[in-house]
Amino acid sequence: MKLLRDTWLIFQRQMVLVLRNPVWVVIGILQPLYFLLLFGPLLKDALQAPTTADAYRFFVPGLLVMLAMFGSMFVGFGLIAELRAGVIERSRVTPISRLALMLGRALRDVATLVVQAALITVLAIPFGLTVRVGDVLLAYLMLGLIGLMLSAASNAIALKLRSEDALAPLMNGVAQPLLLLSGILLPLTGWVATVADFNPFSWAVDASRALFAGNPGDDSVWQALLILGALTALTLFWSARAFARSVR
Amino acid sequence: MIETKGLRKSFRSRQGRETKTVEAVRGVDLFVGEGEIFGFLGPNGAGKTTTLRMLATLIEPDGGAATIAGADLRRNPGEVRRRIGYVAQGGSTWDEVSAREELVLHARMYGISKAEAQRRAVRALEAFQLTEFADRKCKTYSGGQRRRVDIALGVIHEPKVVFLDEPTTGLDPQSRAHMWDEIRRLRSEGVTVFVTTHYLEEADALCDRLAIMDYGEIVAEGTPDELKRDVAGDVVTVGLNGSTPEAAQLLDGEDYVNKLETTEDGLRLYVDQGATAIPLILRKIDGAGLHLGTIELHRPSLDDVFLEKTGRSLRES
Repeated sequence: MKLLRDTWLIFQRQMVLVLRNPVWVVIGILQPLYFLLLFGPLLKDALQAPTTADAYRFFVPGLLVMLAMFGSMFVGFGLIAELRAGVIERSRVTPISRLALMLGRALRDVATLVVQAALITVLAIPFGLTVRVGDVLLAYLMLGLIGLMLSAASNAIALKLRSEDALAPLMNGVAQPLLLLSGILLPLTGWVATVADFNPFSWAVDASRALFAGNPGDDSVWQALLILGALTALTLFWSARAFARSVR
Repeated sequence: MIETKGLRKSFRSRQGRETKTVEAVRGVDLFVGEGEIFGFLGPNGAGKTTTLRMLATLIEPDGGAATIAGADLRRNPGEVRRRIGYVAQGGSTWDEVSAREELVLHARMYGISKAEAQRRAVRALEAFQLTEFADRKCKTYSGGQRRRVDIALGVIHEPKVVFLDEPTTGLDPQSRAHMWDEIRRLRSEGVTVFVTTHYLEEADALCDRLAIMDYGEIVAEGTPDELKRDVAGDVVTVGLNGSTPEAAQLLDGEDYVNKLETTEDGLRLYVDQGATAIPLILRKIDGAGLHLGTIELHRPSLDDVFLEKTGRSLRES
């Protein structure tokens, strides 16, 4: 009960901050928007897809995974700013649940992520994208898991590094190969596809595509949910420990 | 209200390839009574903030024990948190929200209900004279206003003890005086205030009792007056128009005069308490019919205390 209440308190405050200064939400959506508008049109020819709609049905599900990855991996910067402003220390001297300090922030990222994903989905409709509501909700659930996992991880790492200068190269160094090995931009082939089997986000992209293709029963869907669910649980556990330790 | 025994903390710092252990706090014994303003005076890096952060449950001590408002710091930090308030040196507010929102949230972090938190916020805003800009964003506040919000946050849950880390650093003289009034008001409400400072005047004027800290240790503790008296007592300088030898003869051997020196135009008398010695000196000189030109009292400052205890002046360090 206390955990729920405390998490809600932190989540509320974090949402107020996001709504008063939504510039990061906008910046977060710009990258997938550019890809949708400037990269998407190339895909029909590049993939030799029969129609533009087919190309978008292949591309948009992956784009949403990319949005979830990039939107959540860099939230640690916000935490470092909060550390510097002293608001974390102020929370630490209160008896508030340490887990709630982390969960409230991670849920903020999930909430903004779902809004951004819905926006991108709607913007893709004019290009011929079609998808069933149930399938898209399942896809958003998967995106939410990615957001929860990466937000928790990013905040835990930020707590340890405590410096933007250290966080930026680390996150970029991890994000780029994860993106390229996920098959978001092009279908994976050869040895790259073999390596990508070890990338959980590549599984997420496959599942997302199956959902947008109208096959929620596809094996890739439950496999991705299982892998992401397990990883999210592990990451939350690790991040909670990091918060409990450095925010004793 | 606060009692510590042998509180210790060391940090490891890396310089190149070598790791060095810095003993930030090496065995602090303290006693702070209920309703006191207790000052922690020392130069930057003396270990004041580290001690304060240990007492506020923010860092774990390496050794020693402490009881704060009846709760054991090592065994039950959660209970300590409920009973204390802490105001950090560098501020503690989000830029984009108002003082009222901050106060309500902070109260709720202590488990206080929403309605009660709102009532307390109204009261705190009034008490700290923040009502006028209660609903403006914190980023628009002046330095003094921000500090007042910080302190209001620190006491919103009505703690028995509040720790203030250098509450007046960076404030202009007027805001500083204002802050002193706020701190005294807290004392009058029965709150025990533990405050760190590196300003001598502040420690002297504000604190009921204080401890002087240097290199991680407490080198002196007492009321400002006691500390100053311990050092040298007071110095009374008497200007005499030509009748110095007679006056010297008269006063030498009086039991309240610890030491007597002859200067160019008079005497310098070392006494325990100038306030009581001056009437006696006056009577003696007047009674003998000698002509008294001037009389001046020099009280030792806390800097003299610091100098005596550490061999350095606080103003230089």
